[in-house]
Amino acid sequence: MKITLRIWRQPAADQPGRYERHGLADVSPDVSLLEALDQLNEQLISAGERPVSFEHDCREGICGSCGFLVNGQAHGPRIATSVCQLYLREFEDGAELTLEPWRAKAFPAIQDLMVDRSALDRLIAAGGYCSTGTGQAPDGNALPVGRDQATSAFSTATCIGCGACVASCRNASASLFVAAKLAHLGQLPQGQPERASRAKAMQDQMVTEGFGSCSSHLECEAACPQEISADWISWMHRERRG
Amino acid sequence: MSGLPDPRIPAGPIADAWQRTKEGLPLISPLRKGQIDVLVVGTGLAGASAAATLAQQGYRVTVLSFHDSPRRAHSVAAQGGINAARSVAVDGDSVSRLFTDTLKGGDFRARESGCQRLAEISSGIIDQCVAQGVPFAREYGGSLATRSFGGALVSRTFYARGQTGQQLLYGAYQALMRQVELGRVRLLTRRDVLELITVDGVARGVVARHLLSGALEIHTARTVLLCTGGYSNVYFLSTNALKSNASAIWRAHRKGALFANPCFTQIHPTCIPSGDAFQSKLTLMSESLRNDGRIWLPLETGDQRSAEDIPEQERDYFLERLYPSYGNMAPRDVASRRARELCNAGRGVGPGGLSVFLDLTDAIKTEGREAIAARYGNLMKMYERISGDDPYRKPMRIYPAPHYTMGGLWVDYQLMSSIPGLFVLGEANYSEHGANRLGASALMQGLADGYFIAPSTVTAWLAGNAAPDVTPDHSACREALESTLRRIETMLGSGGTTPVDSFHRELGAVMIDSCGISRDAEGLRDGLSQVEALEKRFHGEVRVPGEAAGPNAELEKALRVSDFFGLAQLMLRDALAREESCGAHFREEHQSPEGEARRDDVNFAHIAAWEHQDGAEPIRHSETLQFTALQPSTRSYR
Repeated sequence: MKITLRIWRQPAADQPGRYERHGLADVSPDVSLLEALDQLNEQLISAGERPVSFEHDCREGICGSCGFLVNGQAHGPRIATSVCQLYLREFEDGAELTLEPWRAKAFPAIQDLMVDRSALDRLIAAGGYCSTGTGQAPDGNALPVGRDQATSAFSTATCIGCGACVASCRNASASLFVAAKLAHLGQLPQGQPERASRAKAMQDQMVTEGFGSCSSHLECEAACPQEISADWISWMHRERRG
Repeated sequence: MSGLPDPRIPAGPIADAWQRTKEGLPLISPLRKGQIDVLVVGTGLAGASAAATLAQQGYRVTVLSFHDSPRRAHSVAAQGGINAARSVAVDGDSVSRLFTDTLKGGDFRARESGCQRLAEISSGIIDQCVAQGVPFAREYGGSLATRSFGGALVSRTFYARGQTGQQLLYGAYQALMRQVELGRVRLLTRRDVLELITVDGVARGVVARHLLSGALEIHTARTVLLCTGGYSNVYFLSTNALKSNASAIWRAHRKGALFANPCFTQIHPTCIPSGDAFQSKLTLMSESLRNDGRIWLPLETGDQRSAEDIPEQERDYFLERLYPSYGNMAPRDVASRRARELCNAGRGVGPGGLSVFLDLTDAIKTEGREAIAARYGNLMKMYERISGDDPYRKPMRIYPAPHYTMGGLWVDYQLMSSIPGLFVLGEANYSEHGANRLGASALMQGLADGYFIAPSTVTAWLAGNAAPDVTPDHSACREALESTLRRIETMLGSGGTTPVDSFHRELGAVMIDSCGISRDAEGLRDGLSQVEALEKRFHGEVRVPGEAAGPNAELEKALRVSDFFGLAQLMLRDALAREESCGAHFREEHQSPEGEARRDDVNFAHIAAWEHQDGAEPIRHSETLQFTALQPSTRSYR
């Protein structure tokens, strides 16, 4: 098939960016979008041009490295799918795809489709853990956790930290990311001792990092490759009051 | 260096040997630990758990990660689960059974003392992870759930749906970030470790490239821990993440660290097969699918009909036919080999005839679509996304793919390499998995090394080896930096026109063919000469665009692939020298008339440990393995 990629090219954070169009004349519909970018990069290198920078690693949807907007949608059009799992067969022959990086104040630009998401690590550092040290653990069966409770905690713990929720939010809020971590630990007995202080510390850090507030547009839930529910954001707000 | 260092295997009975060893190790006062720098490379299960624990003990820890965040490390992709012997179940599991399974699973090519220690520690790992908030699957009554895995006869695998590695990694990552917040860990992300620094033969630091600025940095410490994972990416197409590189261990090897059993590489039987020439990786599908899926091929060679058009009597359920008792649950290496043989004989299906069917039709018929969806829903979705086919309607197509590498830097019982002060943890070392790893044991080993073993043994080494601080202006640091700088300049100055990936693909094709599922002397020799020729061509014809400064993904790749050439040659040499079939290492010349592996305990009951020599062939040392608790027996799955 044939596709055209309209890609945001920006050499560095302090330099202006612009869109650049590149065509792939004969590409298999069975390659992923990232593999199409690999092909484009091989062509650019052979022609002596700078290849396109984009984040990627596991290419199976679990590491959270990849992520950019495809035609304005975080991770592209397919639901519950990170961009590395997006295959060209999803698009029509001859389609033009606009690829641009996550745009958020808390995610400074690096190059092309790459941004700096270390703010998410600082949110975790602010309190996204149980303060237990190695060797201080009681028997894992000493605190029973019901099956439904464990399943619900797990479903929030699956967040891969890709930043799609931030990128798709008009306020560039990290509410879904923070809510998911608070809900993961807050639903388990191990997370109870620090539940209130964790909720405060992580939400305060969210403000410090320059993330916006939630105004309930729910785009985060729509974009989340792990399908984490935005209901947890209301839950998080109650935690803050509690 | 001459020969092999003392592996420091504890004397006496192996049960409780670790406890005895630990009690005899020297300690350091908590106050003094605050003045000691420790360098940890890698933030997967082994690295993150070790760094968090060493920081908790009071050391000044610096952590280097290749990624933008520690949470990206490839441990995150492990699906199945983590083994632990907790004698709470009623199916008769025990430490001694896990020990036996590990040693047997590795086909008697691991140290029994290490396997025993791993089994003893395993239960505490689960407790540790639960305390961190890892949401393991639970029974309705609230206790921890388990499942059976990979041919084990007991149920000892703890899991968090199909994302156990992710959840365990996040537990370790969060523990690490807590120490960062407490100011005890300095976390440096986006650093590629390109050289080891040794002073008077002792590991004292590394040279790293900052992946955004391109600056070369010197990081020094009293001890260095390499926790950098495996090297399956030598095969280009593997289940590993694309950035999983082996540079840190390979550069350490070139600096004197012995490399043990590099040819022990595991091929996973159930992966989504290759479709297009530009495919960049192979995705693993949890082996648990084999519990309900039946594996088959058309009886006729070259049968191109679609699966549903092939009547039952024209299908060959070859694993069930060959292994009536284990059937589709035959061990990984056996299942992989049979699939490859049949595909090579022209019986394979799909593009290039390089896959076999994994068919859930019967299970869907008996149990219903919903039951199967509940069990494998996420895998079914993943398969559909990648292949474009609906696995509920059509059998999946699978093929074996390089997955885990049992080989790695040689370490003694205390996880120290042959370079004093250099510790190696997790998949990066050669330890308990022998010639073949059991399913759900990789996570267990990574965390045992990081949480429980290294914190004691690193302390013991530091207690006995006081040394003055090394500063970046030390001649050893400057030399390591300059040689790295020259290497980068040469790479950028190579006047060729071919992108790195093209060479990597070629290397992978040679390696999977000559040193993959099965090996023979002729193929290995041929592979060796092909890799040598390819390496020469690479240095003449590669184009690495851009500059040393700033982000340069092609330069990162070029450095990685240039290391893979050396590693590939060592794998081939090792496979050639090991004239036996054991575990995942299958030599065509060494099999029974029925096609079963023939191990040679008289000549090869040892760990091969390779010593690098500049400009000459490496030297093969061997560490003889002693078995006291369990005598080697022959594996049979017929």
